[in-house]
Amino acid sequence: MTQTTESPPTRETPAVAPMSALWPVIALLALAAAQAFGFLTSPPDRDMGHLQKIMYVHVPAAWNAFLAFVVVFGGSILYLWKRDERWDLLAAAAAEVAAVLTALTIALGSIWGRPTWGVWWTWDPRLTSTAILLVIIVGYLALRSFVDEPERRARWSAAVGILGALNVPIVYMSVRWWRTLHQPQSLPSTVDPAYAWGLRLNAIAFLVLMIWLVRARYRAATLERMRERADEREALGRP
Amino acid sequence: MSTRGRRAGIAVAAAVILGTFAYLVYGGIGENLVYFLTPQELAARGDRAYDVPLRLGGQVEPGSVVWNAQAVDLKFRITDGAHSVAVHSSGAPPQMFRDGIGVVVEGRYHRPGVFESTSVMVKHSNEYRAPKEGEKPAEMYRSLQTDAGT
Repeated sequence: MTQTTESPPTRETPAVAPMSALWPVIALLALAAAQAFGFLTSPPDRDMGHLQKIMYVHVPAAWNAFLAFVVVFGGSILYLWKRDERWDLLAAAAAEVAAVLTALTIALGSIWGRPTWGVWWTWDPRLTSTAILLVIIVGYLALRSFVDEPERRARWSAAVGILGALNVPIVYMSVRWWRTLHQPQSLPSTVDPAYAWGLRLNAIAFLVLMIWLVRARYRAATLERMRERADEREALGRP
Repeated sequence: MSTRGRRAGIAVAAAVILGTFAYLVYGGIGENLVYFLTPQELAARGDRAYDVPLRLGGQVEPGSVVWNAQAVDLKFRITDGAHSVAVHSSGAPPQMFRDGIGVVVEGRYHRPGVFESTSVMVKHSNEYRAPKEGEKPAEMYRSLQTDAGT
């Protein structure tokens, strides 16, 4: 995006820095390279065949969804503590990315589960807790669009954001704490060396993608907030 | 609300959330969240085991699988080492179903002792292994059409 499209900075809000066009380029190239590496270097799994490739999206998406939830948690706590709306906007940006990555994790897990387990879905503790995670974060985004008053919106969504993020350790540990159909966490240490680097590289690529998306959405949220404030002023008839 | 009141409110909310979390982790809920029973637990249930919807999980007892492709009829036993339960299913098993693999079945346990299954699910481990020298990777799409099951 170029600087000409931006609204001029007002007295109260600082200018929003333009975003480097490098981020999307790096993120998408890293993702394409990591996926290509995974597809070209790994042999088909002994039991699953080429279904194993789903791991290169499902697992990195899940890890980075968890990280995005950590940002939601941090932003929410810091907002309640400092009452600085930038933390609220950061939490909201991370929540959008967390919602997308959680949905992606569930969708690909389901596609993998049908041929492997024999079912698209089952209510085991891992799947159920992940579904709850998705519902909470979608609820968070819905809540934001329903509440108009910015301060109240920030406070309420911070509470929901914290609640959602507290579910993350439960989701992660569910496969150890309870009996599940889902296998324990797949880590580079539990997979054949032939798959470990594909997993690591895709995790890094998804991390870059996640950071880019959070930054871009944070920037958009800041611009939206500025406009919201300008509209407010106009409605009140102030200059 | 005063700042003080709001702080107190947040503190109470935080305490409730953390309390719930701690209860989930260390409390009794973990024991009630049982996704499936093992054959041993099914046996320990006595009369309460029969004719109620259940999930049963364990290993497919090696050598116990009887698969009739014409009648689409599957019989096998699920074992946990200590006990084993006969399972009957009238549906094709998932492609990865085989001797010795972990499974979870849904259905009801009937007298005198057959688990009538409506759904057979294969539990995959978190170990991903490349085929060893000479082994062929599973071509699941093809094997489904040629010989479902064993």
